[in-house]
Parts: sequence; structure tokens; C-alpha cells
Amino acid sequence: MTDRKIATYICGGCGLGDRLDLNQLEEIARIENKSDIVRTHDFLCNSEGVSQIRKDIDDEQVTHVVIAACSRRAKTGAFAFDDIAFTRANLREGVIWVRPDSEDMRETTQDMADDYLRMAGAEIQYMQQPEVDRSEDSNKKILVVGGGMSGMTAAVEAARAGYRILLVEKRGRLGGTAASLWKRTPTREPFSDPEDTGAGELIALVEREPNIETFLNSAISRTSGAPGRFSVDISRESGGTRTENVGAIVQASGFTRFDAGILSEYSYPASADVVDQHELEELARSAGGGRIKRPSDGKEVASVVFIQCAGQRSEKEGHLPYCSGFCCNASIKQAMYFKDCDPGIDTNIIYTDLRTPGNGEDFYRSAQRKGVTFTKGSVDAVSPESDQLNVSFTDLILDEQTAVNVDLVVLATGQVPNSGVSIELEDAAEESDRNAKTPDADQTAEVPVDSILNLTYRQGPDLPHLRNGFSDSHFICFPYETRRTGIYACGPVRRPMDIAQAIDDATGAALKAIQAVENAALGRGAHPRSGDLSFPRYRKEGCTQCKRCTVECPFGAIDEDEQRYPLFNEARCRRCGTCMGACPVRVISFDNYSIDTVGQQLKAVDMPDEFDEKPRILILACENDAYPALDMAAHQRREYNQFVRVVPIRCLGSVNAVWVTDALNAGYDGVMLMGCKKGDDYQCHFVKGSDMAHDRMGKINDSLQQLQLETERVETYEIEITDVDRVVELINDYSRKINEIGMNPFKGF
Amino acid sequence: MTDAVPTNETILVVGAGISGVTAALEAAECGKDVVLVEKSPSVGGRVAQLYKYFPKMCRPLCGQEINQRRMDASRRLRLYTMAEIESVTGEAGNYDVSIRIRPRYVNENCTACGACADAVEAEIKNPHNLNLNAVKAAYIPYSMSYPQRYVLDPSIIGTDDAQKAKEACQYGAIELDMEEATVEIKAGAIIWATGWNPYDAAKIQPYGYDRYDNVITSLELERMMDPSGPTGGRILRPSDNREARSIAFIQCAGSRDQNHLSHCSRICCMASLKQSTYISEKYSIDSDATTTIYYIDIRTIDRLEDFQKRVQADEKVRFIKSKVANITEDRISGDVVLHGVNTEGYQRYDNQHDLAVLAIGMEPSVRAGAVGSGIAGDKSGFIQADANNGAIFGAGCAANALDVNRAVQSATAAALRAIQVVNGVAATEAGS
Repeated sequence: MTDRKIATYICGGCGLGDRLDLNQLEEIARIENKSDIVRTHDFLCNSEGVSQIRKDIDDEQVTHVVIAACSRRAKTGAFAFDDIAFTRANLREGVIWVRPDSEDMRETTQDMADDYLRMAGAEIQYMQQPEVDRSEDSNKKILVVGGGMSGMTAAVEAARAGYRILLVEKRGRLGGTAASLWKRTPTREPFSDPEDTGAGELIALVEREPNIETFLNSAISRTSGAPGRFSVDISRESGGTRTENVGAIVQASGFTRFDAGILSEYSYPASADVVDQHELEELARSAGGGRIKRPSDGKEVASVVFIQCAGQRSEKEGHLPYCSGFCCNASIKQAMYFKDCDPGIDTNIIYTDLRTPGNGEDFYRSAQRKGVTFTKGSVDAVSPESDQLNVSFTDLILDEQTAVNVDLVVLATGQVPNSGVSIELEDAAEESDRNAKTPDADQTAEVPVDSILNLTYRQGPDLPHLRNGFSDSHFICFPYETRRTGIYACGPVRRPMDIAQAIDDATGAALKAIQAVENAALGRGAHPRSGDLSFPRYRKEGCTQCKRCTVECPFGAIDEDEQRYPLFNEARCRRCGTCMGACPVRVISFDNYSIDTVGQQLKAVDMPDEFDEKPRILILACENDAYPALDMAAHQRREYNQFVRVVPIRCLGSVNAVWVTDALNAGYDGVMLMGCKKGDDYQCHFVKGSDMAHDRMGKINDSLQQLQLETERVETYEIEITDVDRVVELINDYSRKINEIGMNPFKGF
Repeated sequence: MTDAVPTNETILVVGAGISGVTAALEAAECGKDVVLVEKSPSVGGRVAQLYKYFPKMCRPLCGQEINQRRMDASRRLRLYTMAEIESVTGEAGNYDVSIRIRPRYVNENCTACGACADAVEAEIKNPHNLNLNAVKAAYIPYSMSYPQRYVLDPSIIGTDDAQKAKEACQYGAIELDMEEATVEIKAGAIIWATGWNPYDAAKIQPYGYDRYDNVITSLELERMMDPSGPTGGRILRPSDNREARSIAFIQCAGSRDQNHLSHCSRICCMASLKQSTYISEKYSIDSDATTTIYYIDIRTIDRLEDFQKRVQADEKVRFIKSKVANITEDRISGDVVLHGVNTEGYQRYDNQHDLAVLAIGMEPSVRAGAVGSGIAGDKSGFIQADANNGAIFGAGCAANALDVNRAVQSATAAALRAIQVVNGVAATEAGS
């Protein structure tokens, strides 16, 4: 790089000038870091300081900048340079705010600052401003899979923002389940009566909308590519496939009714007069607002019992463990079908917890006013008795066993997501295939499930499932944080829900799809590293085709080409660096984050010899949790050991084992890896980073033992962002432990 | 941050809690210009006061860190803190908005070094900790405040303390003569995301929140749990600062009650179940600490059901189906005595506990009627989608009683509705 010009700016503000020898820092910047320009400013983040940096970039053609001041998380508004490569040496939160201001500590405090500047200098040597990869022919069309309320809403809402939509529906008509309902639960004040479903109106909107092209009787038989350039095969049931290019995908594949056939204790399907909620809707539709007749003999229903949570909230085999959420309101609505027609009809809803959140409470009260009976109870059995049905139940209020005879029983059953193939189940199936097959394994084998998207990704044909088979996001704050970039689930495939929620959800998913196509066109990374322009590259000559990167990518972003080399799909990539951490031959890197940008940093640290009594501990800290926790410790002026050197990293998954072995070879006495929470309730926004690091470091233990090094020299921790006290304790405890173990014998070799 | 002048293709977002921040970022990341207005000195809103989120028991600040980085990276977003909407005139695609900005007395030179706080002696009630403790009158609202900038409480302006703060600051960041300012901007669409307030617990007279020290709200318990909160992370009874060991949760405090809030606030069941796990987190398994949850219905929808089952399996958590009739205080011990009828079996009870936590209901911070004339709202004041609302869209808990996940979902949807309007404006202008 002949045109590389490095400038280093050292701030003397916030006590840095008082606590540190800035001349010495300048010297390091000039001589060791080979900076072309070195400037010290007593208040770098003010407008004068910032304009000096700007001026050097514009007039002196500076291409690389090191700012030696506060944490990279501080003064981000002032230090925002989009057109150059830059890094920051954290002298404030990383050094003077965590060390006591005393004469005897002055030397080690200066050592820390010197090292952080050296590290930044080493990092910048290997950093590039990422080249923007704008793709001119990026496709902005959006594919919506599913033509129910969710799918139609996503299509209409995105079309209204000016985007072209392909809407694919498996059945021969639009409208999904909603189109077969008589009414829906109310969405407006006074929330007292059932409302029109809105399905007909929405179908008309879809049909009128010139931006939407609809495919009925069709399914997706193949999806490949990446955001901005997905290629999908839309296959018609009658035969014939059309290949289309789209920029993003909304998956609104909805739900299937829970099969009440296993609820034989409720005489379903033995008795024609025991129906599920869906069948009751059909009866209501054929009654058209008049009296509902029972299926067995067409007699007008004079009494009806609704059994809530039928086959739901239950651990019994074949039942749904979750609550479908919509069914309490749905039963209230259906009870009103009877009451609104004739208040004399007995309607009794038997429930354990009545769940009508939000304004559903008004609807509940309205039903009480209309004379619907609500009974807290649990139903044991439904059995035919003369020409009626006997419902026997435990009344949980009166604490007694009782029974009632009615004309009709309605089972409030749940929603089962149409989420396609589960990779977890597939993995488990493969596992059991490999093990000896037991005879009853065949009996319990799952019915094969059709894939919804038929992704050609290495990580399976559909969106990964979260819990209970739903394609939901794992995160509270980010309900659309998908594990397949550019593909967003919404509606009951994401989580059990009613129409009103599905409409909101579909609108949100449509936005994310629009965002995905816009970001893909600009080469920008998606959430959580929004706007990141860097992406992984690899050196083909060094690659051994081991496939670890393709297997370990949590987002399925890496395919394999015909020669079995990795094929990176930048627009699918979330820039976490897991591939870089996985690569045993270290050929994968980002322009601004690579084996060298970190590896050279840890080598740049001054390594005192064994007799100096100055150990060195390397901390690789996740930038999302551990690094902010360390910053907050600094804000509270908590002290931690002066011999640690912290390097922020994108994710613990990006930690390549070579950094750890290099550190030990270079003489570090210990290495602390700080990642986020792992396990079922993992916190990692790159899915498995923390898990993988624990795993990989487990393997490093073997090499440590071979080198006759104590395994304690490498430790992995789970740190939450609020672990301010704990992170300090961990560092200090670990430092004591290293002291006990003694110095690394490789020091000085 | 952007320097772009707002136009009628700009989206205005009011409120920078998790809903407003989400709506603003999602729109900005679609390439739209966004102005985000927040009343308090920092973004974060209600969730920044929560100790953990249900059901993952993760930290709200973790998501906020990501959102703050997204804001840092966004060149399309402008944030005004300490700012409120004074007036909105105009129509969809063409609003004139007047924003009133209260003086912070600290400018952007602030490095968050904290010298001003060291210099100032006066203390004020700490709003982040719901006034449960005090903070210096020159303060940073909380550990992850954004912007990371101090603020001077107006009560010290004109006093020696203010001078001391000014003198302590080496960076010229303190401007004691800063005055209230008004900014006029254009906007094409407005997302109203002003969030929620806990219902005024004192209004539920039978529970004696205003009479008994040891009746607190669920939100106050969240602050107590925070290691940097008013009790340093301990559950202390306000009457005697003794650790509470027998804790009662009263569900539907204000909610599902036509004398108070007619709606169900949705979050409170999960909030109490979550908080019951705080008790087991704080006290060792073999301790005598117990939790009793007084409920009407436990509403844990979809996979939250797992969480309910987990808590129900805990022998130290007791569930009593009852709407508590009233609370009295045992004068000597300061204990609270809950009176009512267990409707499962109809038994009267008079149960004594160390502390009663009201699972307090949620009401909109700004009622629909106050957002603008003619803005449709339900009877609790939540904004309802309506054709007559023009391009003013409710998001998050301004529009409904929602949990965090659903609030973010709602905010994401609102961002698209706003984008439809400004894209329409752009198309019209391109065509004219």
C-alpha cells in the first residue's frame, strides 16, 4: 500500500494529560507505529479537534486514523469518519479511569497506555476502509409466501410503499383461514361485538393492486441466492415452474388446525355434535346470522359448552404444550353468535385461565352482559347421552365434580405452525439413523414434512425453528432478527396469534423485507451490524476445502462451489466473523477485521521478561456485552488489574485459536475470553459464538497440556452487559490466580 | 447523526423508548430521514428501568447497546433530547411541527468525565430510580445514557452549585445561560411512541399505597433489583430497610377494573412471575423466603406458558385465585395484611406478608386526545388506527398495552406506514 497515510491524534483531556506522559505516547506513535502525522490536542473531541482531523483527511490525504482518547463507545458523534479506516486506543475508560492516580502506579498506568497505543498502531497497519460492494442489478421485488391475512397484508403494505410483489398461495383462493370465518373478534371501540373479518376487503385490495402479481395453487420448489438476488422456482400444482428473481422474502405460511382427532375423551370425532372452533365457524356461516343448527340432526342449538385449552397447555403426548392465545376471545365471539341470535340459548365457556389481554377485557365484559356463562373448571369427558352430550367437569370454584347436558360442544383447539422442515429435528434424525435403529423408532417416526421455502442452503431448507416448531426470533428486543438474512416470518407461523396481531406483524415483516432489499443494493450489512460495509473474503490458494466455515456459519451464508470451495454470499452475511474464527488455515478475513488486525495487536504489546514481575493477561471481549460492561466499570471508576490488555471483538465466535496460541507463545501469562450467555437462553446475536468459543477453547486445553502449560491459562467466561461488578471481580481474581500459577515459561523465547 | 434539513419526506418519531428508537432506526435503515424527539435527557425509556426481560431473563441494556450502535452508524437520524412536541399543524405528507427544547445547561462539549457532579452539592430525587433515592443535581441519567452527556437540574440554576459545576468543567461544556428553544421542522409522517406510565397506585385506595410503606409497585421492585439501583440490588422493605422474605404480588392492580383501567395490561402476569424468580435469585434455595401471587387469571400466552409452568413447579411460590379486597398494616411489625376470599373453595384469608408488590397496570403516557385533536383513541387513551388520523401513527404502548416484543413489532409496522406516506410524497414531487 503506497498510498497509506497514517495519522495519530492523542487527546490530553479528561485527565489524560495529567496522568500520562503524552510525549512518550507521541514518540510511540511516530517511531513504533510509523504514523505520518502525530498531533496532540488537549480536547480532541471539541469542534476544533475534530476539524483538525477532518482537515488532515481532506488536505493531507490521510487514509488511516488512530484516535488515542476515550473508549470507542464514547464521543461517537464527534469521531464519525465514514471515508477512512480508523481505530481508537482506549486510554480513558481502558486505562486512567480504572487505575488509581498514585505515584507508585504511574509506571504501570503508562505501560497500559503505551500498549493500547501500540495495539491501535498495529491494528491500523492491517486495516482497510471496506470497499463498497454496490450491486447495480440488485433486485427489489419482494416474494410473499402465503395468501392468508398475514401474506396479503405484507403484500399490500409493501406494494403501497412502492415495491413490486409476488404473492404465492398454495390453495386455489386467497384469504387463508380468515376467509372461512363468520366474524372476527373486535378491533375497535367499544370492543363489544364480533366484527367482519376484513378478509373479503383485503382480497379485493390485493386483486386491485397493480404492484402485486398473485400465483394461486403454487408453492416454492427452490430458493437460492441472497438478499437482492434470490432466485425462486414457483411451481404450479398443475405442473409448470416459473423462475423469478426477488430481493427479499416474507414467509406467511400460517398454521394448520390442531388435529382434535386424538381428543377421544371429548367424543371427537365420534360425535358429530362435538366440533372444533373452525367447524363452528362453518356452522355459523351456513346459519348466516340465524340460529345455528347442530350437525347430527339439524336441530337448532339451545345449549352449548365451549371447552378451552382443548389439547393445549398440556404435556400429554400429542398435545400442544403452549397456549395459542387467540382461543379465549374466539370462544367468546362464538358464544355471541348464539346469544346475539337468541339470548335464551345457554352458552357456557369452561376455562382454567381466561386470557383476554388488552381490550379483549371489554369483549369479555360484553359477553358477561350478554349472559354468557364463564366457568372455571376442567373438563374430564364428553359423552353422548340420549340425544345430547354430557359434559362432566370439575368446577374449580365450587371444588366439586359436576356435569351438564348440552346440544353442542365446541373444542377450543390450537394453532400448529406451517414452518416446514426443522433442521434440529433433521440433525436428530441423522443422529438416530447413524445409531442402531430400534424397532419402535419406526413407529414414532414423524410424518415427513414438506419444506416451505426449499432453500438450497447448507443449513437446511427452511427458517430454523425456535420453540414448539414456530419460526420465531430468539430475541425480545428484535422480533424480526432472522437467522436467514432477507427472509422474514410473520403471522401464526412465527407465533400463535389472531388476525389483528397478524396484520401488525405482517406489516412489520414487510418493512424488514424492504430494508433488506435496500441494504443489499448498497452492500450494507443487516442488523445487528447495520450498515457495516465489510464482508468476508478468503484466499483461495490457502484454502483446504475443509468446509468448517460453511458448516459453522450461523446464518447459512456460505455455499460451496462446484470445486467445493466456499462461496460467500455477502448479502446473507451478518459480519460476525464466525467463519474467520473457524478457519484452521486462517485464510478468511474482513477488510477492517482480520486475523492480523487482532493478531498483530496482541503481538504489539510490550512483553516484559520473566523477572520484571509484570505479567500480561490478554482479554478478548465481546463488543456487545463484556466491552460495555468494562466501560461502565470505568465510569464508576472501578479498579482492575494493570496487567490486562483488552481487545474488543465482534463475537467470541470470531476468535481464531491462533490468537490464543500466539498469545501464549508471545509470553502472555493468561488469556480471558469474555462472551455472552450461552445455552438455551443464549444472548449471542450471532447465535452460537459463545458456545463455539467454549468448545474451541476446550480443544485448546489439549494443546496446553501437551506444552505442559496449565489449562487455567485460557479461561472462557459468560458476561452480561450489566455485570459491572462481576467483570471487575473476575479480572482481579484471575490476575491473582495467574500470580499463583506463576509466569508463562515461554516468555522470552 | 444527520445534518440534513427535515422536509416533508422526513419521518418524525416522538418518544425514544424502545418503540420510538425501533421505529426511528427501522425507517432510517430503509434510507429515510428521521427526526427522533425524546422528552427526557436520554433515550431508553421504560425498558431502561427494567432489571430483566421475561421470559429469557436477559438484560434490557443489551438490546439498547445494539440500538445505540445502530444510531451511531445511522447518517439519517437526528435526535433531540429534552424535547417535546409543542404543536403539529398540516396534513398527511405535509406537517409543520414545533419542537420545544428545554435547556440541558450542558452542551455537546461534555466528555462525561463527571467533574461537575463531583463539584455540585445539591441533590435531587433520582427520576431513573423512580425517586426512590437521590442523585447529584448535575447528573448522568443512568449508566448507559445516550447521549452520554450530563444534565444540570434546573433547580440549581442561579445558585452557587451551578457556578461550581461551571468552574469544575474544563471543557466549556456548561452553559448556565442556556434557554429554552423552539425548533420548527417539516415532516411527512409522525410516529407517536410515547409509551406508558404505571397507573397511579394511590388511586387504588383499598391497597393503601399512599398509606403503607411496605406496599410498592412492580416497577419499584425492578429498580430495587438493579445493583446500581436505590437499594443496591436488595429487596428492602421501605419501612425498616429489612430484607423482605415473604412477598405478595397483587395482580390486576388497576387493570381489568372499570373503576380504574378497563383493559387488561397484558404484561403484569409475566412481570410478577418473572419477579418471583428474582426472589429465588436473591435468597438461597434453603431460605425461608416465599412468594404468594394473588391473581384472577394467569395470562401467559404462547410460549410464555413454559415460564408459568416453571414458576408453578417452585414450591416456594404459592398461587391464590383471588382479587385482594384490601390491605391493612400491622402497626408493630409494619407488615402488610391482605384480606380477601380465595375463590377456589371460597375461604376467607387474612394473610400477613413483609411486602406487597402491586402488579401495576399500564396507561398511555400521552392519551390519544392529547396527541392531536381528532386522533382516535380507545377509552383508556391508547391511539387507535383510523383513517382520520392522517399520517399520525401510534406505535408500541402508546397504541396498546403491549410487552416489549410486541411493542417492537408494532413500532416496526408503524415505520412502514410512515414510509408509505413519505414515499408517496417523494413520488408526487418527482412527478411534478
